[in-house]
Amino acid sequence: MKALYAFILILMTVAASFAGEDSIILQSTTSTQNSGLFDVILPEFTRETGITVNVVAVGTGQALKNGRNGDGDVLLVHAKSAEEKFIAEGHGEARFDVMYNDFVIVGPGNDPAGLAGTTDIVAALKKIPENRAIFASRGDDSGTNKKEIQLWQMAGIDAAADSGVWYRETGSGMGATLNLAAGMGTYTLTDRATWIAFQNKRGMKILAEGDPRLFNQYGVMLVNPKKHPHVKAAAGRIFIKWLTGQKGQSAIAAYRLDGQQLFFPNAK
Amino acid sequence: MGEIADAFWIAFNLLLSFDKELYSIIGLSLKVSLSAVAISCALGFTIGAGLSVYRFPGHRLIIIILNALMGLPPVVVGLIVYLILSRSGPLGVLGLLYTPTAMIIAQVMLITPLVAALSIQMLEELHLEYDEFFRSLRLTNFAKMKTLLWDGRRGLVTVGLAGFGRAISEVGAVMIVGGNINHLTRIMTTAIALETSKGTLALALALGIILIGFSLAVNAAVMLLRSNSKGQRYA
Repeated sequence: MKALYAFILILMTVAASFAGEDSIILQSTTSTQNSGLFDVILPEFTRETGITVNVVAVGTGQALKNGRNGDGDVLLVHAKSAEEKFIAEGHGEARFDVMYNDFVIVGPGNDPAGLAGTTDIVAALKKIPENRAIFASRGDDSGTNKKEIQLWQMAGIDAAADSGVWYRETGSGMGATLNLAAGMGTYTLTDRATWIAFQNKRGMKILAEGDPRLFNQYGVMLVNPKKHPHVKAAAGRIFIKWLTGQKGQSAIAAYRLDGQQLFFPNAK
Repeated sequence: MGEIADAFWIAFNLLLSFDKELYSIIGLSLKVSLSAVAISCALGFTIGAGLSVYRFPGHRLIIIILNALMGLPPVVVGLIVYLILSRSGPLGVLGLLYTPTAMIIAQVMLITPLVAALSIQMLEELHLEYDEFFRSLRLTNFAKMKTLLWDGRRGLVTVGLAGFGRAISEVGAVMIVGGNINHLTRIMTTAIALETSKGTLALALALGIILIGFSLAVNAAVMLLRSNSKGQRYA
């Protein structure tokens, strides 16, 4: 028993040495990490405040679940209605808009379903099953997945009913799904930032874009310290204030990849 | 195909550039997995020696369970450790989730059954061989265990290496409990997964090549030490 106590004591000391007061855990999405945004804006924040931001990049659905369990201090995700529900249920303190970009439909260069140039997203989606083309869905309850399910509903197509036929749910992240789409030559929905940063396009192209319904809003929230007393509320609030303030917003606007702006700040 | 050739070139350049980030990721990979192996060997060898010396009801069942647990899916171990270490879990107060310690705990859970099961198999055979010798000396069970472990050390080294191989190569558990946080919990396998998801396949493969190289180095070092101790062998 003594050995067990000693072991736990060692664990606690080790843990304490890794998690200083001057660091927070940010539960965020793969799109923000894979696009390289964090690599640019977070060091700037750390320089100014001395607070390190440790990013755990998962899908929005998982980020919200982890936040609900109290594993993380701040969430930066993209599924507004799910975020509002998170706040309404008391898991988060308050939600702030941070930035936006948009979703696009990408697919094989030869475009077998003839989507190219479509701006009406509903019309574009309908063409995929009509032309016996294949669509790769994230199928992982991520922000992108939630958006895609909404879009199929708007198109009046019960995609899930054809799961395994023309509708393939990968159950994995955006990058893995894009790798699959590139390998199989299927269509998929992705946020523009991940797409621009993605290096394994293999001839895939953006085939449908520009519909206002493809809007992709990111929001930031502090995990409710009343529910989870260990949440580093002070440092978390400083981060949220910075991100939605003038400095954070201009850092987001300044980030470019291949000459393109990936995220557009819109905090109020 | 071009990517595979590229990968070797990138791996070569990365290694020679002494990229600080790369070496800290390699360092953490080795630190986590070697710590896990050390703890697992301490636990697994004791269990192995204990089960080959002591006989009791349910003995067979424990061995069957340990053998089955050798095939534990890393992702399941990750999930269990996540649920235990999560702030809403039983050990949440320790604040261990998303730390290297959490990753070590997950890998210990993953490889201890493997180390234990393999050492039982080995030590049981040795025990059969030594049975009469033990009886004539009227050794206590504890002394028997000590003798078995010492005389079986050469085989146990290989068992430890098998554990190391499983630990250093797994990604499912450390991804969940470590969170792949840059400069904190990112190790080689989670970095490979990240680069794959970015579509930078050549870089991902280059990291894989480097990982295999370091794994090879650890194995070679251990084997070298083992063959140097040959002279002391008497059993």
